[in-house]
Amino acid sequence: MSKRALDIVAGKAPEAILETASYLGDEMALVERSRILEVLQLCKDDPELDFRMLTDLTVVDWLGTDPRFEVVYLLYSLQHKHRLRLKVAVPEDDPVIDSATSLWMAANWAEREAWDLYGIKFRGHPDLRRILMYDEFVGHPLRKDYPQNGRQPLLRRPDATPTDDETTRLLETSHDRRVE
Amino acid sequence: MTDNAGYVPTNLQAAVNWAQKYSLFTYPFATACCAMEFMSTMGGRYDIARFGAEFPRFTPRQADLLLVVGTITERQAPILRRVYDQMVEPKWVMAFGVCASTGGFYQNYTVMPGCDQVIPVDIYVPGCPPRPEQVLDGLMALQRRIQDHRGHAQVELGNTAQISMKDRRHLPVHQDGTSMGLSKDERMPKDGKVL
Repeated sequence: MSKRALDIVAGKAPEAILETASYLGDEMALVERSRILEVLQLCKDDPELDFRMLTDLTVVDWLGTDPRFEVVYLLYSLQHKHRLRLKVAVPEDDPVIDSATSLWMAANWAEREAWDLYGIKFRGHPDLRRILMYDEFVGHPLRKDYPQNGRQPLLRRPDATPTDDETTRLLETSHDRRVE
Repeated sequence: MTDNAGYVPTNLQAAVNWAQKYSLFTYPFATACCAMEFMSTMGGRYDIARFGAEFPRFTPRQADLLLVVGTITERQAPILRRVYDQMVEPKWVMAFGVCASTGGFYQNYTVMPGCDQVIPVDIYVPGCPPRPEQVLDGLMALQRRIQDHRGHAQVELGNTAQISMKDRRHLPVHQDGTSMGLSKDERMPKDGKVL
């Protein structure tokens, strides 16, 4: 059903689409990073596509591959009832991508979350700061190389019972991360 | 004492303790699904009112029992601490459910491993969530502590042998009198970085 939407996008912006896939009714298009805003604009404004709703914007961390990150846009058309998934590969050493806030207001907080948890910078975002973690937090916790127990306490009683964080750190080289 | 004396001889502290244990004003710091079970405990079937703790005050300044109901994240810790600091003495704390007690099944960067990391806890009620009977059992255990005029559990674990029973309740949380607040450089990991 959404195959038609994918064909329209691929037909109208063929040079921006690097790859398409269709699996079990899910249509995906891999978009070139520098042209993502152009493709999103097309998706939103084209009357046959009419993706008025940005369902979600999220990131996947493929640690160990290059490029490392994948920004994923989930689009939905309220009128045509079809969906499309756009992906953009983002390298680790230059994690920058154009912001979609000029097209969808919904992108604002989603991009802040992506910045907070994955460290992807969105060029042109009006207010790119952390949304879930606190300002004192260092690093981006949903990156695969962030330690599982990397707590950064805001407050502790000086006499608080020690947590298992130290133990976990010692076990980091081991495959068995359970604390006995 | 004769049968028709018309009065009961006691000492004042025992009478005060008795009054306090049957008029606990609770402040439910409800953050997660345990709150559903707390509602059940409050409701008519289990009826925490039978133990005199039925009156939730939604300002900590009027409460003397802090119920930490649910998961406490690292980001919430200063808020919880502030609520606790606003309560007037004497005050008690119940950790309601495993998340408030130990962090529960969350073992990650965001959930604090038990609310006793920032405030002293008197009674831990395990369960995910605990049954209302467990909560009432914990409440009754706390009432026994109040009647016995015993202070915070974590204070008692310290070296309090030389301190008289009378003074125990007014102890600061730390034996050395240090402040609970942390300075700026104590709040972060040593070099400020985890990665």
